Amino acid sequence: MELKSQIPDGPIEKKWDKHKFDLKLVNPANKRKYKVIVVGSGLAGGAAAASLAELGYEVECYCYQDSPRRAHSIAAQGGINGAKNYHGDGDSVRRLFYDTVKGGDFRAREANVHRLAEVSNNIIDQCVGQGVPFAREYGGLLDNRSFGGAQVSRTFYARGQTGQQLLLGAYQALERQIGLGAVKMFSRHEMLEVIVVDGVAKGIVTRNMVTGKIESHVADAVCLATGGYGNVFYLSTNAKGCNGTAIWRAYKKGAAFANPCFTQIHPTCIPVTGDHQSKLTLMSESLRNDGRIWVPKRKEDCGKPASQIPEDDRDYYLERKYPSFGNLAPRDISSRAAKQACDEGRGIGATGRGVYLDFDDSIKRLGQPKIEERYGNLFEMYERITDENPYKTPMRIYPASHYTMGGLWVDYNLQSTIPGLFVLGEANFSDHGANRLGASALMQGLADGYFVIPYTIGGYLAGIKPGSRIKLDDPAVKATEQTVTDQIGRLFAIKGKQTPDHFHRELGKVMWEYSGMGRNEAGLKKALELIPQIREEFWNNLCIPGTGEEVNQSLEMAGRVADFLELGELLCLDALNRRESCGAHFREEWQTGEGEAMRDDESFCHVAAWEYQGEGNAPVRHTEQLAFESLHLATRNYK
Amino acid sequence: MSVAEQSIAGAEARGHGFLASSVGRKIVMAASGIVLFGFVTVHMIGNTQAYMGAEAFNGYAKFLHSMLHGGGIWIFRAVLLLATGLHVWSATTLTLDNLAARPVGYRAQQNVASTWASRTMRWSGVILAAFIVFHLMHLTTGQAHPAFDHANPYANFVSGFKVPAAAAFYIVAQLCLGLHMWHGVWSFTQTLGLSHPRYESLRRNFATGLTLLVVGVNISYPVAVITGFIH
Amino acid sequence: MSKHLNLTLHVWRQKNTNCDGKFVEYPAENVSPDMSFLEMLDVVNEGLIRKGEDPITFDHDCREGICGTCSMVINGRPHGPKERTTTCQLHMRSFQDGESITLEPWRAEAFPVLRDLMVDRTAFDRIIAAGGFISVPTGSPQDANALPIPKVNAELAMDAAACIGCGACVAACPNASAMLFVSAKINHLGQLPQGQPERYSRVRDMIAQMDAEEFGTCTNHGECEIACPKGIKMENIARMNRDFLKASITYRPAVVGGGAG
Ligand SMILES: Cc1cc2nc3c(=O)[nH]c(=O)nc-3n(C[C@H](O)[C@H](O)[C@H](O)COP(=O)(O)OP(=O)(O)OC[C@H]3O[C@@H](n4cnc5c(N)ncnc54)[C@H](O)[C@@H]3O)c2cc1C
Ligand code: HEM
Ligand code: SF4
Ligand code: FES
Repeated sequence: MELKSQIPDGPIEKKWDKHKFDLKLVNPANKRKYKVIVVGSGLAGGAAAASLAELGYEVECYCYQDSPRRAHSIAAQGGINGAKNYHGDGDSVRRLFYDTVKGGDFRAREANVHRLAEVSNNIIDQCVGQGVPFAREYGGLLDNRSFGGAQVSRTFYARGQTGQQLLLGAYQALERQIGLGAVKMFSRHEMLEVIVVDGVAKGIVTRNMVTGKIESHVADAVCLATGGYGNVFYLSTNAKGCNGTAIWRAYKKGAAFANPCFTQIHPTCIPVTGDHQSKLTLMSESLRNDGRIWVPKRKEDCGKPASQIPEDDRDYYLERKYPSFGNLAPRDISSRAAKQACDEGRGIGATGRGVYLDFDDSIKRLGQPKIEERYGNLFEMYERITDENPYKTPMRIYPASHYTMGGLWVDYNLQSTIPGLFVLGEANFSDHGANRLGASALMQGLADGYFVIPYTIGGYLAGIKPGSRIKLDDPAVKATEQTVTDQIGRLFAIKGKQTPDHFHRELGKVMWEYSGMGRNEAGLKKALELIPQIREEFWNNLCIPGTGEEVNQSLEMAGRVADFLELGELLCLDALNRRESCGAHFREEWQTGEGEAMRDDESFCHVAAWEYQGEGNAPVRHTEQLAFESLHLATRNYK
Repeated sequence: MSVAEQSIAGAEARGHGFLASSVGRKIVMAASGIVLFGFVTVHMIGNTQAYMGAEAFNGYAKFLHSMLHGGGIWIFRAVLLLATGLHVWSATTLTLDNLAARPVGYRAQQNVASTWASRTMRWSGVILAAFIVFHLMHLTTGQAHPAFDHANPYANFVSGFKVPAAAAFYIVAQLCLGLHMWHGVWSFTQTLGLSHPRYESLRRNFATGLTLLVVGVNISYPVAVITGFIH
Repeated sequence: MSKHLNLTLHVWRQKNTNCDGKFVEYPAENVSPDMSFLEMLDVVNEGLIRKGEDPITFDHDCREGICGTCSMVINGRPHGPKERTTTCQLHMRSFQDGESITLEPWRAEAFPVLRDLMVDRTAFDRIIAAGGFISVPTGSPQDANALPIPKVNAELAMDAAACIGCGACVAACPNASAMLFVSAKINHLGQLPQGQPERYSRVRDMIAQMDAEEFGTCTNHGECEIACPKGIKMENIARMNRDFLKASITYRPAVVGGGAG
């Protein structure tokens, strides 16, 4: 397998412009003769489906929820970055580019990130045009705030519901195209297989989640925008339905999977309360702008109410360790610092896995109304879940699995190693390297959907004959459909005793323990032993009531867990093979005396892309060397 | 057509005009309701002349009949008839649509915000319709009156309310009017878009005040007759 | 640790849209008050699966009150007893030990039951498709700061835009009216300068679709506003009615384009 990144030549500022010009165009009259399938209706998929339909392509869009508006992009709270420099505090395309590459600990492709920073401004324009009600100042102009890891105010936000508002913008654009008949929407359809003919993606197989019908759909190109695989940890800030199925099955069809071990842990989530816990709720990172993080200095104080611990007995450990960034230190750093504090026995709350996020100072300084204006809905949400009032007692937070930087490998055109299969949004690996900065995922999803794929897919389609689509009765289509039917049959045939969730929880425990915030060789090897055991048990003792020909949520879950049980293993394998610490990937063997991550640019300044070799065979690790021409490899330092 | 097969089309493509639309009919209901409440209020004020004795009251009746050379009252009647017709038509079609929109109800239904008045609009309305017919036959045309005298409305009024059943029905109808008005007045401000948070309490208070006034004064008539205050 | 609860659930079970449904009783034992309502149902369901019985189907996804997927009527109230709280954010501490809980799906002609507590809400999508958008093709808008928007309007737009499309308003309305949902979108877009060009066609088109979906009509009971987990106000309905009235009075049938270039 050859990993051709297709990065255009020329200076970094000119690459995208040049590439747009070099791409072949599709004759407008021919556009409607091409059909594009978009799987996913989140920021990436929704934006892509709407934009491609506006251009004139025939588009089909799929999502597993009952409505495209419910994709998990909806849950993003904090904001979206844009290099507008509306506040004149020194921001620029170059600075956003630099911050993103640095934030990703120099494990992302420069050219992609630069393009992302360039189109970030168009995204803000587009969203405002659609009616996204971003926060404004009294003069009627857009407001910004600063967000984890950035020293400029470049984050646009809509209260604590930025993702929701951006997604509604994309959703409304999508619905407009649906109303015009340009997009055919298939909600409650789960994609279970890519149809690949002669090495080229030609369609997908889906299960209608209402009737259970297995259906094939053919097209000239397929875009996967199916989100991240953070649920491999079971407990995460993702929605219950988020899954790795689409990308995993594409991987098994030949798409390389890049950097699966680059997973992000978010430092500010509400701690776990018990075994029943089904998901974790994020408290937006923006809270760290006004909240101070601390734990008691002494273990003995942990049981006391926060109000009884005097100022001198509190350890504001982020401010202490990272004076210039303080509470705004990047996610991986603050997550690990929290874990460390709890490992030292200084964690708070019933489980001892929690730290305080305290607003007392800000309330004293700015007054409660200001804090309410900024975070009112987050505070309400916190109180609803925990029954504690954060205006009075500090919030309790703890890190949780949140985002996956890894994903299917794509070239500069967002095309995977299967021609005709494009991957957008969190599902690909492209822009965030080993760690993603706050407010950059929304930007990337929309960049891919609105401003990248509409150009690059044209370059691909221009090279294939209009009307040369395969037919539904093609043997390759039937054969792929059969594999899906067989897999479902196998799941039903187990007739064991355990629920799909049970296996998912078991997997989650292993993943979190050995491949969560800190990783080491022994732990990863242990995980690589345990995961196949759980998988074995799954395939022997799973129980799914009912049939496949009806709504069957246990079946849906079982299919996803089956894939996570394989994906988790690849994740650990990748983590084991990346013998360095970088970004969110923290290998305990590679740290400085002060516990900081130690990169090994000599051996690991590359993307690791895994190629499937069939069941039972070890996958092959390919690498794409990363060249830093515009920026200098530097050690990340947030001190 | 099953809902799942619904097509998406604009108002124009659907030929969905004002009167066909639900909100259009709501507006018709509100506008006709205003005419009817306006009438009820004016009627109530006019009738206070009953307290000034037979002469004043009969004079007022005569004035009504002689306005615009006798045409005035017919214009009034036409407007009222039209308003009633539109109101009943819109109320009936909307009620049927609303019933069809919820074919299966809840086992454990809990009402939190709605009021008894809002939930009984269709029943208070029907009782009002029956009352209007009775009221006309009672005091306008006389078929439902024991001793009707075309020349003496005041006497008709007094003797009419001496019959306890008639007075009782009148009072019940007024209470229905009260319910209908209390929700209706608030409701039409909402339907016609006259809502603004600053005037929210004003809307409620206006509805309550007007209702108490109209219903209170109206009920005072049969009470005054029965207690002999008016004779 | 606070005391665990034992509850009795009366759950609407219905195999699919065409089958008849019925209530079935299930015990929910040893429920921690820290559980969310859906986590309580997860535990009940895992018990059912282990017995080989069909688990209770219910819609859910984000479990943090933002996606609008979860939807069930709990003791006669959509999303349960707590105001401004979706089912997924409702916690068991809102219930008493020994309580009976009745669970029903959203009930509306426009929301057919798919299975148990899961309904089909695609009618909402079609209403948006009919006009709930600003027509602005990708790449066409001007600079984001070119049009200042008064903060008040931006805030009012945001208030309305907070709707999560859950359908609780329809479920709560005695007439199964969707007017709170529809008016929220109309006001979100109607508050903004970008939304003005299509303001009056939008209101007509969305209402036409709403009627075609066979939702009922608002009679101003106010149940929607109380049930709405996002605090969408009935004031939106009034404003929508006003726009509709104005649109109906000033409306011109399709403008014919002139002058070939
Ligand atoms: C709680 C939370 C808060 C966040 N906050 C921020 C923030 O403040 N700023 C920021 O920049 N980023 C934030 N992020 C990250 C960001 O929201 C996501 O990375 C981004 O929205 C992903 O968008 P997407 O379009 O790639 O995927 P998604 O929005 O997850 O969409 C995936 C789509 O794929 C569909 N799908 C998935 N699998 C299948 C299948 N098998 N078959 C059919 N369809 C399928 C789904 O139905 C859905 O439509 C946050 C993430 C979370 C979880
Ligand atoms: C003739 C029989 C009548 C019937 C069947 C009837 C029925 C109804 C119904 C069903 C409603 C809708 C309830 C709602 O929107 O909440 C309504 C509203 C109303 N009615 Fe009547 N009604 C009748 C008579 C009257 C009379 C006599 C008056 C005035 C004196 C009146 C004034 C109103 C008003 C103002 C409204 C409010 C309209 C709105 O919703 O905005 N109605 N009526
Ligand atoms: S208006 Fe409220 S209740 Fe209705 S759909 Fe929107 S959020 Fe749900
Ligand atoms: S599950 Fe998303 S709002 Fe309840």
